[in-house]
Amino acid sequence: MGADLNIILPEIILSIFAMATLVGGAYLGQDRLARPILWATCAVMLIIAFMVVQGDTTRVAFGGMFVDDGFSRFAKGLVLVSGAAILLMSEGYMARRDLLRFEYPLLVALASVGMMMMVSAGDLMALYMGLELQSLALYVVASLRRDSVISTEAGLKYFVLGALSSGLLLFGSSLVYGFAGTTMFSGIITTLDEGHLNLGLLIGLVLVISGLAFKVSAVPFHMWTPDVYQGSPTPVTAFFATAPKVAAMALFARVLHDAFGNAISDWSQVIAVLSVLSMFLGAVAAIGQTNIKRLMAYSSIAHMGYALMGLAAGTAFGVQAMLIYMAIYVTMNVGTFAFILMMERDGSPVVEISALNGYAKYEPGKALAMLLLLFSLAGVPPLVGFFGKFYVLRAAYEGGLAWLAVAGVIASVIGAFYYLRIVYFMYFGDDAEEPLTDGKSPVLWAFLMVPAAVMLIGVINLFGIEGAAQAAAATLVN
Amino acid sequence: METIILFAPLVGAILCGFGWRVIGETAAMWIATGFLFLACILSWIVFLGLGPETEQIQILRWIESGTLSTDWSIRLDRLTATMLIVVTTVSALVHLYSFGYMDHDPQFEGETYKPRFFAYLSFFTFTMLMLVTSDNLLQMFFGWEGVGVASYLLIGFYYRKESANAAAIKAFVVNRVGDFGFALGIFGLFYLTDSIRFDDIFAAAPQLAETQLTFLWGEWNAANLLAVLLFIGAMGKSAQFLLHTWLPDAMEGPTPVSALIHAATMVTAGVFLVSRMSPLMEFAPEATGFIVFIGATTAFFAATVGLVQNDIKRVIAYSTCSQLGYMFVAAGVGVYSVAMFHLLTHAFFKAMLFLGAGSVIHAMHHEQDMRNYGGLRKKIPYTFAAMLIGTLAITGVGIPLTGWIGFAGFASKDAVIESAYAAAPNGYAFWMLVIAALFTSFYSWRLMFLTFWGKPRGDKHTHEHAHESPMVMLIPLGVLALGSVLAGAIWYSSFFGKVNEVANFFGVPYAVEETHAGEEAKADKTETASEAKGEKKEKKTYVFAGQPGEGAIYQAPDNHVLHDAHYVPKWVKLSPFVVMLIGFFTAYWFYIVNPALPKRLAENQRPLYLFLLNKWYVDEIYDAVFVQPSKAVGRLFWKGGDGAVIDGSINGVSMGIVPFFTRLAGRAQSGYVFTYAFAMVLGIVALITWMAIGGAN
Repeated sequence: MGADLNIILPEIILSIFAMATLVGGAYLGQDRLARPILWATCAVMLIIAFMVVQGDTTRVAFGGMFVDDGFSRFAKGLVLVSGAAILLMSEGYMARRDLLRFEYPLLVALASVGMMMMVSAGDLMALYMGLELQSLALYVVASLRRDSVISTEAGLKYFVLGALSSGLLLFGSSLVYGFAGTTMFSGIITTLDEGHLNLGLLIGLVLVISGLAFKVSAVPFHMWTPDVYQGSPTPVTAFFATAPKVAAMALFARVLHDAFGNAISDWSQVIAVLSVLSMFLGAVAAIGQTNIKRLMAYSSIAHMGYALMGLAAGTAFGVQAMLIYMAIYVTMNVGTFAFILMMERDGSPVVEISALNGYAKYEPGKALAMLLLLFSLAGVPPLVGFFGKFYVLRAAYEGGLAWLAVAGVIASVIGAFYYLRIVYFMYFGDDAEEPLTDGKSPVLWAFLMVPAAVMLIGVINLFGIEGAAQAAAATLVN
Repeated sequence: METIILFAPLVGAILCGFGWRVIGETAAMWIATGFLFLACILSWIVFLGLGPETEQIQILRWIESGTLSTDWSIRLDRLTATMLIVVTTVSALVHLYSFGYMDHDPQFEGETYKPRFFAYLSFFTFTMLMLVTSDNLLQMFFGWEGVGVASYLLIGFYYRKESANAAAIKAFVVNRVGDFGFALGIFGLFYLTDSIRFDDIFAAAPQLAETQLTFLWGEWNAANLLAVLLFIGAMGKSAQFLLHTWLPDAMEGPTPVSALIHAATMVTAGVFLVSRMSPLMEFAPEATGFIVFIGATTAFFAATVGLVQNDIKRVIAYSTCSQLGYMFVAAGVGVYSVAMFHLLTHAFFKAMLFLGAGSVIHAMHHEQDMRNYGGLRKKIPYTFAAMLIGTLAITGVGIPLTGWIGFAGFASKDAVIESAYAAAPNGYAFWMLVIAALFTSFYSWRLMFLTFWGKPRGDKHTHEHAHESPMVMLIPLGVLALGSVLAGAIWYSSFFGKVNEVANFFGVPYAVEETHAGEEAKADKTETASEAKGEKKEKKTYVFAGQPGEGAIYQAPDNHVLHDAHYVPKWVKLSPFVVMLIGFFTAYWFYIVNPALPKRLAENQRPLYLFLLNKWYVDEIYDAVFVQPSKAVGRLFWKGGDGAVIDGSINGVSMGIVPFFTRLAGRAQSGYVFTYAFAMVLGIVALITWMAIGGAN
């Protein structure tokens, strides 16, 4: 038991920290503590991230319910660092909109605990527990601006649909349990060494996939995404777009490979279909958007399609490609949302794309950084975003899914349109529009410039992420 | 020193082309010219002090890729040194001449154009020097393409003139055809010898002669095939028959350009290439036969066309084309030294003819039609004198049977004709060259008579204002005149002397030929040659005895053409002189005694006249066979393929289908939770159905 607790020490620390601050904040009842709590949360998350990535062995706790391996460590590191980054970015924005409640950082911390549970889950029960912990925290932060109709609507929609997806997941889990006789991933996999699933397990698998697809907002389980992204406060949207996506994607990979790794041919097709639908819908629907947050919602749908493409390959290289893709995706989104957070006019946030008309004329530096990020999002070589796409396309091709790779290329061509349209507005748009004012936030400026620079410098060796992802993928698929 | 020669023109080009805004127009032009004169002086020092050994001066390590390893280095031997003096001398003089000629160009009123012109000229010189100093094929190809670019830029110098642009493009495109052959030749040599260095290729030449290579539809002897491919490159650059069409059009460029590029230097690059590759050529008997045939045909063809042209520059252009044919015949029959000899003398007198023509054109306010000249002898006496010397040189005036006492063209052209006879007595090449010599004499004198004798024709005003050119234009004429008079006599023995003299000059080992071996080798030669040999029995006979790659040129030990050329029958030696006289008197009769005759003859022989006037209709045939069909194919792919299919489908998808789906997706996003939930459920149903029915089998 002591050993088990030792394995989940990072999760325990973060949970205790979250609950302690909750008690402290509630006892003192003051939102003036919100700022120090936010910073403390960031610090704790970064420390835990540092702690987590130190590990180098595969350890199993609670009889296989909780797995601490290279794969989970990679995902946890990504989740915690991106979560901390988003928290830092939110501070100024939330404070100015009078949204900086002490609950916000600790809800993020709790969601992070949930995500850490998710990526380490070795059992359907642990999976569900982590997922719900994360989701419940996220429902609340989505409607953080409780006096805003659109924000509460977002939270409510997210909650109702999230409940539906949880129901699907639970139903699927119970079917799997019923047919496999166990909820342990390691147990499930032994019951299907025949290669093909029986119908009950198949339906269970499809339902579990559906539940997880909701979390990564893959088509057709994506409908909540634009509304929630639009309605939530922008820092929360940024958070939605990054850490939970990583966690859900990692969980996806874990379930499919740990529990259903012997039936790759069965789920690979489902994932491929989800992937191709997401890529195309993300690309096509984003074209019609005028709100940059909705646009980013569709953008993340499309990007999840590409990440799923790596997963659909069903190989270790596919998982590696997916991890690389997610890491690059998170970096790009942090930068892009830092830019969106800076979009304001006379102190109030602006989300209309048309407001960027002529932006490059009065903010050439930021426009250039955003240009790099957008080109990278579109996957234009030689920027880092291209290499992410290149990896998943290669994985799909080598996994025998050449058609999927071709579809991905076509979708990325369509998708390039809406990214480049923003560039067009910034550089060639008429400047009849009243210029945006600069919030003068050095933190946001840094969070914009660093990812933009990464897009350019990263082409040298992708900051070594390749090797780390390979090692992580190797512990999952063998 | 060699490095300075090579890079001085480049530095000049850069300083002049980019620096003129800072240092001013005139200073920029003088800098370019000054660097060129520096290179010229150094070149003469190198040429006169050259030792027998081939020097290789490495500049930098260039390419390391797999087994391809290439230096960038200067190969300095007699061939290179000869080309160095030709290129830098003519180029320096042309630079100087351009000060006068390019002044006040009516096409660029009020614009700065002279530094650009000088920069192009200097850049051309640099690339030409790159070509002639190359130590491997790739370096040579670099220079080869560099001169192509410079030529393109200079032909199209008057870029507002549509015909100049067309001519520039034509020159470039026609040269691509030749370059394709050249590139294939390089690939082939690399494929077979695993190297592009001259030393390695020369050493491998004997093996190449015994190698078979599959190419296109058949098996070929590697040496022959590669020699022909390289020669195709030379044909393009040197405007040989079938790939000659660009040269007359290239006269659209300013006249100094024609003198430098299209007479003295670039067009001779092909001759240089064949001479440089002499170790390969010597092992490729069929290829050299082909070279002789093309060369002789070009000499004849261009001479016939030159008979009837009216544009003064075009006459000289066809003359150049024809003289290049002579050089190829010499190279083809295996006397590379004679080819280089004619190249050298031709550079002097042809550059001078062009510069002289430029001086005439300058005097006549850019009038180029000879029918509008006449009686200019008195108006521009210095130009007249220069042109006269040039004409005497090109037609080959000298004292017959001495071999070398005469104008430059006398020594070198007669050498070519004698070599052609020695290689194949009474053969195709010999007779073609003799007839071409007749025509050369005729059209050269026709040019002189039309321009300088008779009554002034054309615009009266222009004739009244005709004036002698300034000193900067006359000095180059004078220097070149000196060369045209003396070059032949000075270097006769070096290039076309006894075998041992030539071998010494080119740094090639030689040996005394043993008598009985000599008898055997000549057993199948003609009676006369054997007799001539018999007479001189007491004299020692030498043969080339170098290995391939030793010395500047290689001639196989059984190649006796150079030796035999000295012992051809007397009538052969006399024939060029006789036909020259015939040509002169015919021209005199046609244009001085009876000026109405040419017109009548043209009417009587209308089809022949038109055939010649239209340059054997080669351009028209090319237009019908190549240009129009490729334009049609291009249009098909452009309008049909690219426009309708590719653009059409992309536009259709991106402007029709994608927006349709965008609207659809927008409508599906209703904002109601039940719609969203419905979509999820629908998705699950579809997935489960598909998996249960399709996936589970």
